[in-house]
Amino acid sequence: MIKRLIALALLAGLGLLFLGLLLDYRPDTDLNLSARYYAERTAPDIGAANIVTAIVVTYRGLDTLGEVTVLFLSATIVGLVLALGRRREQDPAGLAPVGELLTTGSRLLTPLILLLGAYVFVNGHLTPGGGFQGGAILASGVLLLLLADPLRHFSHGLISAVESLAGVFYVAIGLAGLVWAGGFLDNRILPLGDLGALFSAGAIPAIYSLIGLKVGAEFASMLASLAETQEL
Amino acid sequence: MVDMSLIAMATGFVLILVGLYGALTNRNLLRMIVAFTVADAGVNLVLVSVGYMRGRTAPILDSAVPATEASVRIIDPVPQALVLTAIVIGLGVTALMLAYAYRLYEAKGTLDIAKFSELKW
Repeated sequence: MIKRLIALALLAGLGLLFLGLLLDYRPDTDLNLSARYYAERTAPDIGAANIVTAIVVTYRGLDTLGEVTVLFLSATIVGLVLALGRRREQDPAGLAPVGELLTTGSRLLTPLILLLGAYVFVNGHLTPGGGFQGGAILASGVLLLLLADPLRHFSHGLISAVESLAGVFYVAIGLAGLVWAGGFLDNRILPLGDLGALFSAGAIPAIYSLIGLKVGAEFASMLASLAETQEL
Repeated sequence: MVDMSLIAMATGFVLILVGLYGALTNRNLLRMIVAFTVADAGVNLVLVSVGYMRGRTAPILDSAVPATEASVRIIDPVPQALVLTAIVIGLGVTALMLAYAYRLYEAKGTLDIAKFSELKW
């Protein structure tokens, strides 16, 4: 009871701070300096229609590489933590059968989900979407497969091959930018093309597709690791 | 009239408080993890609402937002890029917490945080 009161008092203080912030908040009426720079320079310099993508992949590309690395580390640690002393016996008889609807539906939907994921990350420089969203959609296809057949075994070798190859090519494109364009992860190693076309914005579609594959593989490996802990 | 971004921001703050309350008062590890994801969603909502500007549109250039008028037609793209990152990292953190919760359950056979007293003084 005392603990709950202390927690409530703490949260009341925090809530007062938040209330002060909220009451003092005045929305900007103009873009601030850095946002204005991104808004004005994205089209001529980067050639991407989606400014958020231009920031994530090119202006702050190094941070995104770091972010993908953080995600890779967390997927690795999840695999490592869960793999310790894992013993898994194949015993399909112990599981209740999944429904006909789920099995058939997953067969129909999984290819479509994978297609949608690929569409989202290939068009990341034109539409709301991109590598992270597309990768999450790819992994949701894997999740559907796992729901339909909890004992399904995913090849960790294949997943980590996709993951590492995407990572290697991502860094290779970054280094190519260092040699043939303005700096690490500069997208101007390929022609910028017309604003709004699929093949435009230089290397951004390639980089975002690699990020999509990498993120999809990382999420899929987390899901597979978590699914394999299932006790029968 | 109340601004949209204020409603979103207030909701975000409330979600942060709800999530922290849940994390502080629940004894069950799984509930604490769920509470943390609620607080995470609140933080993201607050960040996105900071970038919102009345009467402007999404930061994507097309026929409605020509590149020359971008700086007066779009909302701030920086918080959106930031939140894109935060969501992904939040997911990684959640997966890690779940994996550790599973190992703790295997070790003690319980998810009650009060039973894990090794690091208590």
